[in-house]
Amino acid sequence: MAYSEKVIDHYQNPKNVGTLDKGKVNVGTGLVGAPECGDVMRLQIEVDETTGVIKDAKFKTFGCGSAIASSSLATEWLKGKSIDEAMTIDNMTIVEELNLPPVKIHCSVLAEDAIKAAVNDYRKKNGLEEIKFDESVIH
Amino acid sequence: MLNFPIYLDHNATTPCDPRVVDAMIPYFTNSFGNAASRNHPFGWQAEEAVDYAREQVAKLIGADPKEIIFTSGATEGDNLAIKGVFEMYASKGNHIITCNIEHKAVLDTCKHIEKEGGEVTYLKVLPNGLIDLAELEAAIKPTTILIALMYANNEIGTIMPVQEISAIAKKHGVLFFSDAVQAVGKIPVDVNKDGIDIMAFTAHKMYGPKGVGALYVRRKNPRVKVTAQIDGGGHERGMRSGTLNVPGIVGFGKACEICRTEMAEETARISKLRDKLQNALLQVEESYLNGDKEHKLPHVTNISFKYVEGEGLMMGFNKNIAVSSGSACTSASLEPSYVLKALGLGDDLAHSSLRFGLGRYTTEEQIDYTIEQVTNTVNKLRDMSPLWEMYKEGVDMNSIEWAHH
Repeated sequence: MAYSEKVIDHYQNPKNVGTLDKGKVNVGTGLVGAPECGDVMRLQIEVDETTGVIKDAKFKTFGCGSAIASSSLATEWLKGKSIDEAMTIDNMTIVEELNLPPVKIHCSVLAEDAIKAAVNDYRKKNGLEEIKFDESVIH
Repeated sequence: MLNFPIYLDHNATTPCDPRVVDAMIPYFTNSFGNAASRNHPFGWQAEEAVDYAREQVAKLIGADPKEIIFTSGATEGDNLAIKGVFEMYASKGNHIITCNIEHKAVLDTCKHIEKEGGEVTYLKVLPNGLIDLAELEAAIKPTTILIALMYANNEIGTIMPVQEISAIAKKHGVLFFSDAVQAVGKIPVDVNKDGIDIMAFTAHKMYGPKGVGALYVRRKNPRVKVTAQIDGGGHERGMRSGTLNVPGIVGFGKACEICRTEMAEETARISKLRDKLQNALLQVEESYLNGDKEHKLPHVTNISFKYVEGEGLMMGFNKNIAVSSGSACTSASLEPSYVLKALGLGDDLAHSSLRFGLGRYTTEEQIDYTIEQVTNTVNKLRDMSPLWEMYKEGVDMNSIEWAHH
């Protein structure tokens, strides 16, 4: 199976690899997946407290090229979005953007879960109600 | 100068040696006869070529040419051996002993046998990939008709204690079948010294063509018979019907002859390169060798690089270097290699493994390049691995409640 050019580009030049200070109240962290499954994604957002807009996003991923590309792309898309807009990012738009084959759809699902987990972590830290969604996410 | 891509996946398949191809070519065009045509020169010529190849194949494993049954490959050989013994020796018993790191061609055939009313014991291997001989002996029952254990494993390259296994089989009057696909042509295999009764192997793992293999079936002490699984014209002593693949068989014979005459020299050269690669990669922090270090094929190494995922790792260099991984990110089940799991490796280490298979045309320059590329990619991916960061911070990853999906 050959990878799409976009996946290869994100893999070779990943955007926003790194770590934000999870001790800060305006940083939300989502850690999803499991080492046993071969995929672990950690996605972090830093929110501008006055505007509610995500001003920085970072990721670290253990996984295949598609998982790395999905999380790299997610961080790019998150920057500049409000936390409510962030929750609307759908895994299928990641699939389309990266041309992921069917066997790699779970990588995009994981990225969507990571976004939601990060937003929920931010909401929790800031006294907002967590938004429920299907996948169980632990951080 | 390095030519890309570099092939380091010789346990999957090997290129044909050009000398093999040269030997085969006349049998596609001029000497195209059917080896079963007994009444004209075309048939005679084909038969003569097959007879010669049968001798070449037999000689490599210390067998008599009459004991060689040509097949389409080792999957067919495995099926014919196991199903054929199960049917032929039904009056004696229905119990087969195998182990949990066999190739799928053996395991799935055993599953089929169970559906047919057979009983199969799957021995667990030790953490080094070898079987426990006491456990093997203890598993033998009055109804046991066959011990089916591989000569060497395809993923980790470990070599089973074949002579000890055959001694146990002989002591209890049980037949011993070995899938020797990875061993024949790579290390000395002698069916008499090794005490093997039935053995499957294939041409394409030893620089011969795909689509041709052989099943060795012992004729003396004891005389073994297997029930044919393909019915037809009664070729191959009635055990495997079907027009013989003459060019393939000729190529197989040539490949066996080359392996036999060049094995000592080739093994010395390749094992030195393998050791260089293995030693260098084990210098990488948190890297682990999978399978026994000593009882091992000379051209294979399997290493896990903790905290990086195998498929992601391969992507860093697979345009230029072909290897394989025990990770299975592409499979629907997401299950990593059952062989590595059978060694007791956690799923995390199994997902992090790479198998390197060196071969006849592997050069030191290729190995140096591979060491550099793999090391760099591991380091690069660890810089973006959350697990590596946790490990470096001393976080106990077992204390984290992971979300399994």
